[in-house]
Amino acid sequence: MDWGTLQDVLGGVNKHSTSIGKIWLTVLFIFRIMILVVAAERVWGDEQDDFVCNTLQPGCRNVCYDHFFPISHIRLWALQLIFVSTPALLVAMHVAYTKHEKKRRIRHGEKIDIEELKNVRFHIRGPLWWTYTSSIFCRLVFEAIFMYVFYYMYDGYQMPRLVKCNAWPCPNTVDCFVSRPTEKTTFTIFMLAVSGICMMLNLAELCYLVLKVCMKEPRKTT
Amino acid sequence: MSWGFLRDLLSGVNKYSTGIGRIWVAIVFMFRLLVYVAAAENIWKYEHDEFECNIKQPGCENVCFDHFFPVSHIRLWALQLIIVSTPSLLVVFHVAYRENRQKHNQKPCRNPGKIDGGLLCTYLISLILKTGFEIVFLVLFYKLYNGFKIPRLVKCDIRPCPNTVDCYISKPTEKMIFLYFLVATSCLCIILNLSELSYLIFKHTTKCYLKKYMKKQQ
Repeated sequence: MDWGTLQDVLGGVNKHSTSIGKIWLTVLFIFRIMILVVAAERVWGDEQDDFVCNTLQPGCRNVCYDHFFPISHIRLWALQLIFVSTPALLVAMHVAYTKHEKKRRIRHGEKIDIEELKNVRFHIRGPLWWTYTSSIFCRLVFEAIFMYVFYYMYDGYQMPRLVKCNAWPCPNTVDCFVSRPTEKTTFTIFMLAVSGICMMLNLAELCYLVLKVCMKEPRKTT
Repeated sequence: MSWGFLRDLLSGVNKYSTGIGRIWVAIVFMFRLLVYVAAAENIWKYEHDEFECNIKQPGCENVCFDHFFPVSHIRLWALQLIIVSTPSLLVVFHVAYRENRQKHNQKPCRNPGKIDGGLLCTYLISLILKTGFEIVFLVLFYKLYNGFKIPRLVKCDIRPCPNTVDCYISKPTEKMIFLYFLVATSCLCIILNLSELSYLIFKHTTKCYLKKYMKKQQ
């Protein structure tokens, strides 16, 4: 059980997505999940071990680390990816419900090809349009919330080399040094940029879906 | 053998669940299992190494850690996930039993996964058990650790520590955030289980009542 399960779930949703949705999914998997697993986790792997404070007072390092990093970047990114991927489940559930309804109609005698039902691609219209649009909106909201949380918790997106700590039991103000600050800043900015790209893709998809409906309405009325 | 086994088990259960049951499975996958594997496990990975006491007395740290963490949060979390998912096996077994019986009796194809009769009882029992286990684990967490807070500092005076010694827990804030996340998702799962229970009882009571009413009319 790992990110592969998420890949299977979201891969199923991919069939019923728009082209922009498919691009979003690719960006999510290659530039966020894969980078997180393959690279970022290693950069943050030794973060507490290599967090060094200029004191021999036992407990000072623990307390200072906890004060400056209430929740690690890597965990926040993992949570962000999980929350941002979850709205796609709404679409998967809606599609599963529609298929279930069609199967029920088969049992009541209506003639529908079962093989066709397995491979059918549902077009995004009617109730599915509302589910899909809501899922994109939720994604946007979650992305924005997490970006704000990062900014608020770490006073910006830069990782400092040195933090000054005077939390008890540190006897005075103590210098503490963060491990690999430049590498961490680089990855933070990278993940931020990719988040921004994903938000723009979501916005573009939202506009496309709304325009599609608006273009259809005048044709219906004329 | 790993969490993939649990994932496959729950996917199998999904087929015979109601809509609310499927939402429960999705929440267990995404917000409990995946969060556990992808994030929470690493926070508690070096908890013993990073537990530091203000003393050089050999054995003091070990004894204090053991006193304050009889069972680690992360192990309790794993146990909770496994035990809470297991009642769903009852439903899978019952459906397999029905399918087997149909094969032997060579009866015409009635859907073995339809939630009625004996399967309804099994399903309701599995819901009650799931809810019960969730509550038991939440109470266990609360009692073992005096609430859901994780302090930065604990004071320890167990032998061989010579006096009362300050011991510092690593990453207490991060652990507390994930603990609250665990409690929130547990509570959400309890609510979903209770809703599903109410829905099934209401649906079948209404069905029975309507059947009786139709018979009386005839």
